[in-house]
Amino acid sequence: MKVPEPPERWRGLTAIDGALALIAVLLIVQLWLLSATLESFLAGHRETALPAAFASGVMLFACFGLYLFVEKVDREARKR
Amino acid sequence: MPLFRHPEKSPLWRDEFSIHAADERYVTRRQFAKFLTLASLGMFAGNLWILLRAWFYKKPVYPTTHVASLGEIPVGDVKLFHYPTAQEQCILIRLSVDAYVAYSQKCTHLSCAVYYAPEHQRLECPCHEGYFSVRDGSVLQGPPPRPLPRVVLEKLRNDLFATGIEIQSSG
Repeated sequence: MKVPEPPERWRGLTAIDGALALIAVLLIVQLWLLSATLESFLAGHRETALPAAFASGVMLFACFGLYLFVEKVDREARKR
Repeated sequence: MPLFRHPEKSPLWRDEFSIHAADERYVTRRQFAKFLTLASLGMFAGNLWILLRAWFYKKPVYPTTHVASLGEIPVGDVKLFHYPTAQEQCILIRLSVDAYVAYSQKCTHLSCAVYYAPEHQRLECPCHEGYFSVRDGSVLQGPPPRPLPRVVLEKLRNDLFATGIEIQSSG
């Protein structure tokens, strides 16, 4: 008979899935931002490069934070 | 391991290499999160590269090149020339007796050569049907994201000279 997994583990998995979805959304926004910035740069608008790089950096930090969160939740879920 | 194997059993190498391809390709959530974060780092690096290019941008110096003599081409006709380098093809169009315009011939979508369609008064890209206004090079239709770069022309006595390139924005 298969032993059911503890509810904490499921909660952990849900949290990880949520974090992954957020990272994916951030990545899509970053991809759009990169293409828009490149387009703008090629059209001669160099003033957009700084705010775009800043926004991209913020999204990178958010992604990295979510990745650390995934690592932490995964580690805790595996301990149980 | 038994000395004799049954012929229907899995091949011998399966015993030696007990790794399954499906297991090898399996990506855990943690690994996937790592890939996505690295991709995010790549996007940031791209933005940073654009920022550096913008900071260290030097305004190009264009040569003055003879393009054509006034009246050399009839009204509604075109002349192809190279500017600013021999690899950059441009198109000079005579719109009326006194009006000349010149653009880079590279479509801003995928760099196909555009040609002048006098019956529609537009420059057309045959690859993906991108149309540009002949008056200012703006995009009329199709996938091109930006107007055509405009070649700055100057009249000196009876000659037309190209003196620069104006990158136009769509906004």
